Amino acid sequence: MSLLKLDNVTIRFGGLIAVDKVNLTVEQGEILSLIGPNGAGKSTIFNLITGIYSPTEGNIYFEDRSIGSKKPYHLAAAGIARTFQTIHLFNNLTVLDNVLIGAHTRGKWNVTGALLKFTPWVRGEERELTEWAYDCLERVNLADKADELAMNLSYGAQRRLEIARGLAVRPKLLLLDEPAAGMNPQEKATLLKMVKAIRDSGVTIFLVEHDMKFVMSISERISVLDYGVKIAEGPPEAIRSNPKVIEAYLGKGAVNSA
Amino acid sequence: MAEVLQSISNSIDPYILQIFVNIGIAIILALGLNLITGVTGQLDLGHAAYMSVGAFTAAIITINLNLPFSINLLIAGTIAALVGLAIGFPILRLTGDYFAIATLGFAEILKVVFLNLDITNRALGLSVPPANTTIPMPFYVWMITILVIVGVTFIQNSRFGRALKAIREDEIAAETMGINSTRYKNQAFAIGCFLAGIGGGLYAHFIAYINPSDFAFMKSIDILNMVVLGGLGSIPGAIVGASVLTVAPEFLRFMSEYRMLVYGALLVFLMVFRPNGLLGGVDFRKMVLRIFFGKKEKKPNVTIKAR
Amino acid sequence: MFLQQLINGITLGAVYGLIALGYTMVYGIILLINFAHGEIFMAGAFVGLMMVTVFKMNIFLALILAMAFCMVLGVVVERVAYRPLRNSSRLSALISAIGVSIFLSTLALLIFGANAQGYPAQTFPVSQIHIGPAEISTLQLLILGLSAVLMIGLELIVHKTKIGKAMRATSQDYQTAALMGINVNRVISFTFGLGSSLAAAGGVLVGLYFNAVSWNMGLMAGLKAFAAAVLGGIGSIPGAMLGGLFLGIFEIMGVAAGLSSYRDAIAFAILVLVLLIKPTGLMGRKIQKKV
Repeated sequence: MSLLKLDNVTIRFGGLIAVDKVNLTVEQGEILSLIGPNGAGKSTIFNLITGIYSPTEGNIYFEDRSIGSKKPYHLAAAGIARTFQTIHLFNNLTVLDNVLIGAHTRGKWNVTGALLKFTPWVRGEERELTEWAYDCLERVNLADKADELAMNLSYGAQRRLEIARGLAVRPKLLLLDEPAAGMNPQEKATLLKMVKAIRDSGVTIFLVEHDMKFVMSISERISVLDYGVKIAEGPPEAIRSNPKVIEAYLGKGAVNSA
Repeated sequence: MAEVLQSISNSIDPYILQIFVNIGIAIILALGLNLITGVTGQLDLGHAAYMSVGAFTAAIITINLNLPFSINLLIAGTIAALVGLAIGFPILRLTGDYFAIATLGFAEILKVVFLNLDITNRALGLSVPPANTTIPMPFYVWMITILVIVGVTFIQNSRFGRALKAIREDEIAAETMGINSTRYKNQAFAIGCFLAGIGGGLYAHFIAYINPSDFAFMKSIDILNMVVLGGLGSIPGAIVGASVLTVAPEFLRFMSEYRMLVYGALLVFLMVFRPNGLLGGVDFRKMVLRIFFGKKEKKPNVTIKAR
Repeated sequence: MFLQQLINGITLGAVYGLIALGYTMVYGIILLINFAHGEIFMAGAFVGLMMVTVFKMNIFLALILAMAFCMVLGVVVERVAYRPLRNSSRLSALISAIGVSIFLSTLALLIFGANAQGYPAQTFPVSQIHIGPAEISTLQLLILGLSAVLMIGLELIVHKTKIGKAMRATSQDYQTAALMGINVNRVISFTFGLGSSLAAAGGVLVGLYFNAVSWNMGLMAGLKAFAAAVLGGIGSIPGAMLGGLFLGIFEIMGVAAGLSSYRDAIAFAILVLVLLIKPTGLMGRKIQKKV
């Protein structure tokens, strides 16, 4: 059983076909990368998986259940978490609060809980959530910044905070949308280790990334998207030498001269 | 006990007492709106309408049933919350300015409806008999005010409150984290309207006369100003904002008719020089820490985003 | 009398449309609900009135002077109360606008007193013209004609002049327009001036039509005109005019149907319905949310 399966998924915005009959599976425990030129539809696929968009045609299955028409908040509860290409942190809140919000689905007390703040049940839950949030922060080396405002973090730290917030959901599948964007080589090396450690802890990783060196060294499989169509899929070595992929990236002439 | 409180309230200058009670009511209203606009980020331009629902409900209950005042207030708050939900449910899916305009529209409609109902005595308004309680009004109002302050503090610093702030900061990200934003926005709106209803009920019985026109657009703006002045989302800010804007007209009273002129100009100057509110960006908890332990202060900057 | 009500409704609607244009242009460019716009309309009515009563001017000259005065007033208001807030939260700008609104209406109250004043009789010679069973007054004709002329003039400015092109560019994308060398501040000032002068024309016409000018006429007229702008699709110039006409006709028809005590609620009921059914209004553009 695949963890996630896109079955003939198409989405149209007006006349534009952003994703065209894509079939794709993510297997339990792997690191899969999705690459392709700008505007190929990579982020749209993430938005489809997380329920921000619904497919025009086709369906998406998570653990064999159809999720094509589910809302984003259902999917977090089901075990899908993500980061965003453009950072979507809760800027005016602390780093800890950001991660606690990620852990939202792990708590259950709402308005009544708020008013029963000092009862052992509510305090117990808050303590559990906070401990869990600190665990997540430690996994991305941000625990010492817990009380900072998210907007005051450096760019790289903000990207890591997005990952911590995603981890707090306790996902089975974590989608990373260009996690290495804007990072320096050193930060990228750390990130590489981090993502591998997260996978080793049992979280399946599906990522979109432009940095080819990063993608080649982290992925077990790579899917390539061009103009909304999947043009190739396979292990990094095969993708590197695939003429269709080179053509998509560099144009037709490049294939002949290669 | 009641006699003691009565004699205390009798010994205080009635003018001072009146301002004091008005501050308490203003704080309740401001905290309710703060939950909707400051914490959840939904600009509500018609908050006075829910206040009017509470005021008329409470007045009508006192006139016809004379229930104990606390029960009366609970019913008034609940009715205001239900009206709020009925209005909020369809419009909370609108974003940004569209939501704000819809709240304004509904508030005007409610006002006109109240001006035409027999039960609210149409444009003549209602005289409200004294509240059915042995506790003097000033104490009663402040008892409720303190309860409300504690309640909203608990709410804002809870899992629920965090979810509301997440929606304000970034609704899409909040939904991706498992927060059903529609449900939470409705809940926050209902609680805000509940507090407006309570505030309205207290107002009706303290002023002893209410008219639908008392709860017009400018009243909503008054409440909004309190919240913005203090800095969106901040409870101490809303308390200070409510106090300052209740007391300020009294201080400006010597200018008699120039009062509103100065008030209008002050609003403009304030926004130009402190666009995040008089106390916006001041973190009270950290300020206390800094004063006593010399810790550094950081500035959150809560704003309502474009569309 | 359907035809008669229709004529009355269109007349009222034309004035709503004139005021709505100012809201819609300003919103289109800087996304601000300019709450002070209703007070500019009120100021226009008073200036026109003063010109006629104090300086014994011809109504048309008074109208032009009122428009000129409010053009300056609009530019000054933007300069003092909105420009410093260009980069802060939109709520701050909104509160500032409300401050301006309170300031201007109180100022009018202090200068002109609490009682409504009317234009002197014979300011504009009114006679009735019969159209079949209905009749239309020369004043109504003036309102309709003038609104049409101003509307067409505005369309020409927006679509045929260089500054109009700059306005359209700025409303598409403020930052890019600035990068392309458009003086955005000048465009915004121009927009406020233009919108304010239209509101002033509306003010003078309303003052003539209802024969009442008062310090508090701005708030409700402003709110309704804003409703008209939303109804037409905020940001759209033909939309504002169309929204105004719709609103005016519905309001008059509602009153004729016996809902006169609900008169002010009609506009807002329509507003709310539009928001729930088609939030972008009759002619508004759809905004795609980008994630």
